[in-house]
Amino acid sequence: MSNSNKRGTVKVINGRYRPDGSFHYNYPNTPIYDEAGKLMGVTNPRDLTHIHAYGGESQFFSSLKDGEIWGTKCENPDCEHTGTVNLPYKIYCPDCLKKAIPVNLTATAIKSATVHTFMVTERTGAFNTLEKPIRFINIEFEGVDTILMSYLSVGEPKVGMRVVPIFRKVEPTFTILDLSWVPLGTSVEKLPDGFSFSK
Amino acid sequence: MITFSQKQLKIPQMSKPVYLVTGGMSKFGRAIPEMRTEELVVDAFTEAAEFIKKSPAELKKYIHSCYYGHFADHFGDQLLGEALIHDRLGLDPLGNVGIKTGGATGGSTLWEAFKAVASGYSDCVLAMGWERMDEVPTDEGNNYIACAADKDWETPLGHIYTGYYAVMAQKYWQVFGKSEDSFRKTMAEIAVKNRGYARMNPHAQGPMKITVEDVLKSPVVAYPLRALDCCLMSVGAACAILCDEKTAYELTDNPLLVYVTAGSHTLRVADRRNMEIPLLPNESADQYKDLGERFPGSDRYPGFTGFLAARMAAYYAYGMANIYDPTEDLDLVELHDAFTISDIQTYEDVGIRPYGEGRTYVESGDCYHTNPNTGKPGKLPANLSGGLIGNMHAVGATGIMQAVEVGQHIWGRWAEMHENQKKWDAYGRTKPKDWQNLQVDNAKRGMAISHAGVGSHVTATILVHPDHQLKGRNS
Ligand SMILES: [Zn+2]
Repeated sequence: MSNSNKRGTVKVINGRYRPDGSFHYNYPNTPIYDEAGKLMGVTNPRDLTHIHAYGGESQFFSSLKDGEIWGTKCENPDCEHTGTVNLPYKIYCPDCLKKAIPVNLTATAIKSATVHTFMVTERTGAFNTLEKPIRFINIEFEGVDTILMSYLSVGEPKVGMRVVPIFRKVEPTFTILDLSWVPLGTSVEKLPDGFSFSK
Repeated sequence: MITFSQKQLKIPQMSKPVYLVTGGMSKFGRAIPEMRTEELVVDAFTEAAEFIKKSPAELKKYIHSCYYGHFADHFGDQLLGEALIHDRLGLDPLGNVGIKTGGATGGSTLWEAFKAVASGYSDCVLAMGWERMDEVPTDEGNNYIACAADKDWETPLGHIYTGYYAVMAQKYWQVFGKSEDSFRKTMAEIAVKNRGYARMNPHAQGPMKITVEDVLKSPVVAYPLRALDCCLMSVGAACAILCDEKTAYELTDNPLLVYVTAGSHTLRVADRRNMEIPLLPNESADQYKDLGERFPGSDRYPGFTGFLAARMAAYYAYGMANIYDPTEDLDLVELHDAFTISDIQTYEDVGIRPYGEGRTYVESGDCYHTNPNTGKPGKLPANLSGGLIGNMHAVGATGIMQAVEVGQHIWGRWAEMHENQKKWDAYGRTKPKDWQNLQVDNAKRGMAISHAGVGSHVTATILVHPDHQLKGRNS
């Protein structure tokens, strides 16, 4: 066992992944018995790190720490649905499969974000890092064809409620969790640690 | 995609008819630590063989290719688990393939099996599905299930798949349920009904004799959904044997015509775009003109309230089986009651009721074996197996279990398969003193809907007694 090793990190150098540190840790398995002492099975412990590419969506995940929300728009004049704006960010237009153009939707979000539906739940899965209960919200934006899923950090959600985005600019995780929302008019002191408004 | 070409709307064609010959299932439980998956699978296969008075070895001789539904490799920590099962069934070196479409895995397995026979590739195929969700603690299981959502855009949000569906439930509850107590009570009735029917099923994991009050007092999972509104998490296996006509009649005097179709919709609900409501044969565009007035907030279709994949699967299936009006033309259904509210949503998507009126299927009493309002047989009984809420949701097996249950009614052998004291004893379960025969009298046609999560994949399996095929009313 080498559990004291540094947890794995990765860089891309010359177009290749360069892992550094430990990506898995071994633990001994243990037997499972029933009351009578019969062997029923074994545990198979594990602790490992995956590597995951953001590829063409990197723009979205890297811009959150800068207080920006990026989506994409199909500007192919020959597309059956040209002008479709996607958030979640889509690299290709799903209709014509031409590269969609990145568009900064931060101002649109600040101006028009509205709760389409929501759910408050105490139930989470393993590895959850959000505070409970989680307030899931699904957000409509003017001029955007899709409805983004995220979470509300202040107050109680309601359908039709106006919300504004907040961003984890301090110690960002570079995941979707760096984006959250608060009711329009929320004061800056009420934001969770590490989060701030767009500007 | 939000617009269809005519090519995409083509009613699927078969080069030859396909028959369900037999099916079987294991016991279902939250955890079955004393059995390996192969033991469950062999139980299901043996039940299927014995149902047509064959030995497993005799039945195996007919099988030409194999389709295995097993959703979550992660749970068993075994990739290519399908291949291990194939070997244990002694079906090597026949071709086999694993199928995974989340909660719809069982239905999708039937879909693949169906196409193999319909195309002429095989004359007899095995569709076998299973799941074992007991090999990790529940919260880790929830994380694994959440990994079937988009890992970048959804999974980090709570690692809880239920939450991704629950926002849809909330929207339906507010728009079509109008947040009414009466609607909440209707949801609860489904939970009472399905758990009650599960009491008559020796395979069932979650039988309960409960009241609407019990459901309404059960802990909130995600308002308005309460613990008793939610389906089970299960271990178990189910299988079906599909054949062409000649082989079917070699194996049994009484095979059933089977049609299986599939639809899908975006894995992320976030990506769902507005469209016109695709109509089923018994609907007209006019009837939805004022939907937005009757149900404020329902202006987006399918939005967060409809399962377009279910509608597509039903559209294709009704076209194949000449179903015009499911409530009139079918005698029973097994629906994917993952949650009481998603059950209601599905009534509308598959045309049992028009959009906005799903609740009336329950309130009219039509969905019961015996209509509680009239004491007469329900018009279209639903989930007499107990469904996912009362019987099981062993994901890869679920859609197959549903189809086999429907088949047992059409074969008129439901009581035989559920009453047998030996089966109750073998499964360590006590048959209730008030055990009731839920056989639907003169069942001729039925349907099973298999559904994944937020509606990413849905299949429709229609079973028809060959003497009771419908003539086309759809054109
Ligand atoms: Zn396009």
